[in-house]
Amino acid sequence: MIEITTTRHNHLIDPSLHIWGWEIPVYLFLGGMVAGMMLISGYFLFSGRYKETNCSCYYLPIMSFLLLSLGMFALFLDLEHKPYVWRLYTTFQITSPMSWGSWILVLVYPILFASMLMRPHRLLLEKIPHVKKWHEYLHSKPMLIKYLGVVSMFFGAAIGMYTGVLLSSLGARPLWSSSILWLLFLVSGLSSAAAFVHLIAKNVYERELLAKSDNAFLILELFIITVFLIGLSSNSDVHAKALDLLMTGKYAAVFWVFVIGMGIVIPLFIQLLAVNHKIHHTPIAPIMVIIGGLILRFVIVAAGQYSHWYVLTN
Amino acid sequence: MAYLSRRRFLKISGASIVATAALSSASGIVKGAKKIEEKTGKQVKGIQKIPTYCSMCFWKCSAIAYVKDGKLWKIEGNPEDPLSNGRLCPRGTGGVGAHYDPDRLKAPLIRKSERGEEKWVQVTWDEALDYIAKKMNKIKNEYGPESIGFFSHGIGGGFFKHLLKAYGTRNIAAPSFDQCLGPRDTAFEITYGDVVGGPERTDIENAECIVLFGSHIGENMHNTQVQEFSKAVERGASIIVVDPRMSTAATKAKYYLPIKPGTDLALLLTWINILISENLYDKDYVEKYTFGFEQLKAAVSGYTPEWAYPITGIEPELIRETAHEIARYIPHTLVHPGRHSVWYGDDTQRGRALAIINALIGSWGRKGGLTNQDVFDIPSYPYPPYPKPERERADNPGGKYPFGGAEGYTTGLREATLTENPYPIKGWFVYGTNILYSLPNTQETIDAIQKLDLLVVIDVVPSEIAGYADVVLPEAVYLERYDDLFAPYFKQPFVSIRQPVVDPPHDQKPGWWIAKKLGEKLGLQKYFPWKNIEEYLDTRLKLAGLSLAELKKKGVIKGPKIPLYIEEGFEPEFETPTGKIELYSTILAEKGFDPIPKFTKHEDPPPGYFRLLFGRAPMHSFSRTQTNRLLNNVMDENEVWVNADVVKRLGLKPGEYVRLKNQDGVLSNKVRIKATERIRTDCVYIVHGFGHNARMLKGAYLKGASDSQLITKYKVDPLMGGTGMNVNFVTFETEA
Amino acid sequence: MARFGMVIDTAKCVGCADCVVACETENNVPEGYARDWIKQVATGKFPNTQLEIRSERCNHCSDAPCVTACPTGASHFHDVGGIVLVDHNECIGCKACIASCPYDARFVHPEGYVDKCTFCVHRVEEGLDPACVSVCPTHCMHFGDLDDPNSEVSKLLNSRKHHSLLPEAGTKPNIFYLI
Ligand SMILES: Nc1nc2c(c(=O)[nH]1)N[C@H]1C(S)=C(S)[C@@H](COP(=O)(O)OP(=O)(O)OC[C@H]3O[C@@H](n4cnc5c(=O)[nH]c(N)nc54)[C@H](O)[C@@H]3O)O[C@H]1N2
Ligand SMILES: Nc1nc2c(c(=O)[nH]1)N[C@H]1C(S)=C(S)[C@@H](COP(=O)(O)OP(=O)(O)OC[C@H]3O[C@@H](n4cnc5c(=O)[nH]c(N)nc54)[C@H](O)[C@@H]3O)O[C@H]1N2
Ligand code: SF4
Ligand code: SF4
Ligand code: SF4
Ligand code: SF4
Ligand code: SF4
Ligand SMILES: [Mo]
Repeated sequence: MIEITTTRHNHLIDPSLHIWGWEIPVYLFLGGMVAGMMLISGYFLFSGRYKETNCSCYYLPIMSFLLLSLGMFALFLDLEHKPYVWRLYTTFQITSPMSWGSWILVLVYPILFASMLMRPHRLLLEKIPHVKKWHEYLHSKPMLIKYLGVVSMFFGAAIGMYTGVLLSSLGARPLWSSSILWLLFLVSGLSSAAAFVHLIAKNVYERELLAKSDNAFLILELFIITVFLIGLSSNSDVHAKALDLLMTGKYAAVFWVFVIGMGIVIPLFIQLLAVNHKIHHTPIAPIMVIIGGLILRFVIVAAGQYSHWYVLTN
Repeated sequence: MAYLSRRRFLKISGASIVATAALSSASGIVKGAKKIEEKTGKQVKGIQKIPTYCSMCFWKCSAIAYVKDGKLWKIEGNPEDPLSNGRLCPRGTGGVGAHYDPDRLKAPLIRKSERGEEKWVQVTWDEALDYIAKKMNKIKNEYGPESIGFFSHGIGGGFFKHLLKAYGTRNIAAPSFDQCLGPRDTAFEITYGDVVGGPERTDIENAECIVLFGSHIGENMHNTQVQEFSKAVERGASIIVVDPRMSTAATKAKYYLPIKPGTDLALLLTWINILISENLYDKDYVEKYTFGFEQLKAAVSGYTPEWAYPITGIEPELIRETAHEIARYIPHTLVHPGRHSVWYGDDTQRGRALAIINALIGSWGRKGGLTNQDVFDIPSYPYPPYPKPERERADNPGGKYPFGGAEGYTTGLREATLTENPYPIKGWFVYGTNILYSLPNTQETIDAIQKLDLLVVIDVVPSEIAGYADVVLPEAVYLERYDDLFAPYFKQPFVSIRQPVVDPPHDQKPGWWIAKKLGEKLGLQKYFPWKNIEEYLDTRLKLAGLSLAELKKKGVIKGPKIPLYIEEGFEPEFETPTGKIELYSTILAEKGFDPIPKFTKHEDPPPGYFRLLFGRAPMHSFSRTQTNRLLNNVMDENEVWVNADVVKRLGLKPGEYVRLKNQDGVLSNKVRIKATERIRTDCVYIVHGFGHNARMLKGAYLKGASDSQLITKYKVDPLMGGTGMNVNFVTFETEA
Repeated sequence: MARFGMVIDTAKCVGCADCVVACETENNVPEGYARDWIKQVATGKFPNTQLEIRSERCNHCSDAPCVTACPTGASHFHDVGGIVLVDHNECIGCKACIASCPYDARFVHPEGYVDKCTFCVHRVEEGLDPACVSVCPTHCMHFGDLDDPNSEVSKLLNSRKHHSLLPEAGTKPNIFYLI
């Protein structure tokens, strides 16, 4: 038996680290979903689908803009020293994913704005001559739209990966120190975004396409989760113990029921039936996928914070 | 007995006869920062360093307080101080928290409902002192002045002792004797004609082998001892710890003997037997300095390791091996005499065995043993003589306890109050002692209080005992006041000063001021001839050839070095009837007690119960520091230590809250279980001082459990009235 | 280049927490927070139990993940001795550094910035020992330059068995515990 007594008592850290509350998972989730949406919308721009007037690439940028801003706001809420937030942008710290992230996010906004020029709001078109000029210029240069699609996909992927790298770079939390957390978050972001588009797409073809791709993403996600879990179990002892938090421990119930069951397997099953026309499309499945994606971020952030070297080694 | 402490007593009172006329008042001295501010109208900027001595426990290390921009910042040790050597213990460092304690008493209070209900009316100092004076005069008229008793602990009580002696009573007692070191010092007085004293004369620093019975140094944070112990550890001294619980010190020991509680005397007598029968003792020393060796030899011959094994639970081989280890380093072995020695009621006899074994290894007057001590002789203030009480002291009627008594018998005073025998006690003063937590059997104390016409408590926080007072007087904490000079017996004689560092934050007053004001209201002005405390201190210092100004600047002034060991020219004198170290005690024989200790068996816990042991945490003092936010920060509740196997067997959960229930059905506050591999299976352990139930102690209220509540039973030492408190048994009540 | 570190003798430490209290007053650490703390680890079966008592704090790691994680540069290596510090006016309170520290040495100060042990740089620059070191009644703590082979800390490390905390976390901690 190992007995430990300690005089430690730092708020939010003892007895076990809990520095990040709801804000960070929400931010990571929204960031991930925006990443997925940018990939999807970028792809539609790139592949020329924007020629369909009801293509979702017309409204995804504005939604991305709103959701991303919401996510940034959540992140801002989490900052403890808010008046100093501008300090993020007086420096670039090459080793810090968070610094990368904040600069990437700054670059993402112009891309979203440019994408919004594909079909600006009527009022803007009428009131601001520049908007009209740029809008027309964009539509006169199909190559430019293609590039915009590529850049959008590129930055979408960057954000998606960043949300995972942010956590996995923090080696002090064994649960996060996985080399594929970025892929998991990227794919999960894609699946949430696909579900979202599936849910709201006006274009029947897109709806079908995205339901199908969502199924692919979900299958991929299951596969990555398996690799993620196996990776932890075959790493050191602490990592294996961190894994236990998800397998059998404190966070197992939420993880298996909400993330795996209701967030992936059941909606996958429903959507498989739907795309094979066994049942009608239902909004239930995509909603479950989206909620599952959100809960995944909550579980990973919470369990990761809990997965402390000391807690796990003693 | 008058005989005890005579040497020390003579020395001090002898000096006080020297009186001189030249009394000049001190002037132009730096006071608390805020005072300067008031005087000059300027805010004091920057850092001031003000020497003073610590009062977070009774060791009284000298310290230097830092005041930054007029606010108390931090406290460090005074490098000149032989007690602290410039480093305080955590409580001393945390003394800052005593000044800032939000739970402090702020103004005098007079009770407005039942005693113990903690309901008060705030009054002015004049109102409070008038009220007290009126009641005191009434008691004096109806019952005589001896009917006031005084419980006092700490140097600050000195001015009240003076006041009450002037008033006409000698019924003064401190828990530092019959709840603390009484048995030990009585035993040494009987054996060596001198006490171990406090600060103890133990030369831990130079000992090559150190034996500790209990004495949990490192948890018991008496600064000098801890520092010396650490040096001994560094030197690789051989350490033997005898304790049912693996104390911090035990984890650093070469030998740890997990003794069954209450059987130490068996082990000691066996060791003594081995030292004698195997001819391992210091023969020259014993020959030269001791009396009664042959009687001792005969008396202990039956105490073999095989006999001791079933009693103590210590393997015979281990007993032999450790006896040899003790002998190996003679004369630089120290069997620590302990300090808090009121355990089982036969403690003076255990103390005798400790005294005897130290004689056999020749430690008194030896390097690494029990050294010579001396005092910086500072005459007392030339007061007029006190009135002579008409009646004997009430705390030991008929000399029931033939030994001890120098500091009074607290439980004796309590009993006299309860029984009105030998005469009624109608008023109590309580200064600096939370007698509801320091005396055993709280109910007896409460019952005695209900017989009083007046209970005055002078405290700094609304302690449990303050909750029962008729009048509560808020004292300024030690950092905000002067107290008397401190000049203890020590291996390096010195004198140190306590002086105000900052002002009291509210209407708190220093003890000397309260005593003087009350004295004036009682018509005892002639006993307070000094204008203020500076004048008093300066007078005493001048009599010793020093000045207040100098001491205020330095904090500590050392006397000349003295020879510590026989090798350095120290010539021990033993003021016993035979003039020798009495292995066989002639005075014990004369009074009809065992002249050589005999092992007596103590009651075992009933099935399902565990003996309740208690002790110290390094960051707290008794029941007085739990609201100190700095110390509370590092320990805010105590835990009950239970052997891990017992926890499993009883189906308890580590860390869960339980209540302890004692043999008389008394339930404690809830307390967490510490499942540990550091204690025997027949006892449990808690740190004393927690589990406060005075509601106004907001920072400590109901945090942890109180041993005091559970100590309903106690065994009185027939020699000196010490109250053995390790005789209570507890069991667990879950669903706390 | 100096590399400041501590060498703490667990054989002498008694776990009194004086180092914790001294840090609180010296550095005005707010109530309810601590820059250093005591950990007692007991192993084995009674009565053959072993106990290691450690005074712990930020390890001022040479490979400090808190510094690499910081997006603003608020967490940085001080010019002197490689002390890891937080610049309060650059810190945005994102807590990435907290999540990246395997020792949980950092906390959010009630004023919003992240705080932790500074190795008492204000004292060290004046040639004093850190407050916790200079208060310790058992003299079990030592502070100095680990890169100087003649320093007390280096000599202790050369002459005694020692370990550091979580070396497997790869942070190269600069506090060592003598056994
Ligand atoms: N931090 C701090 N330090 C203090 C104080 C404080 O309040 N706080 N108070 C000071 C004062 S006034 C005193 S008197 C001292 C008291 O401190 P000590 O004189 O050291 O007190 P003890 O009662 O000897 O020590 C308690 C130890 O005795 C063990 N013990 C209990 N029963 C037995 C037994 O039957 N046999 C043996 N061999 N051991 C037993 C307990 O397990 C515990 O480890 O501490 C002083 N130092
Ligand atoms: N159950 C149990 N009883 C014990 C012990 C034990 O371990 N367990 N230990 C015994 C021992 S060894 C001793 S020495 C005694 C100690 O016994 P006490 O001296 O009674 O110790 P405390 O419980 O700390 O009570 C001290 C009181 O003085 C108050 N006080 C603190 N500072 C000042 C001040 O500056 N001025 C005034 N006026 N008041 C102040 C505190 O608020 C507190 O109410 O207890 C003994 N009794
Ligand atoms: S031992 Fe500690 S509490 Fe006691 S006087 Fe010294 S510094 Fe103060
Ligand atoms: S002050 Fe020293 S002895 Fe006390 S806990 Fe700290 S390091 Fe250990
Ligand atoms: S201990 Fe933690 S805070 Fe300190 S330098 Fe290392 S990683 Fe950073
Ligand atoms: S909380 Fe402050 S110090 Fe820590 S990483 Fe963020 S900005 Fe840097
Ligand atoms: S070095 Fe200074 S800041 Fe660090 S723990 Fe020690 S006292 Fe506190
Ligand atoms: Mo005591």
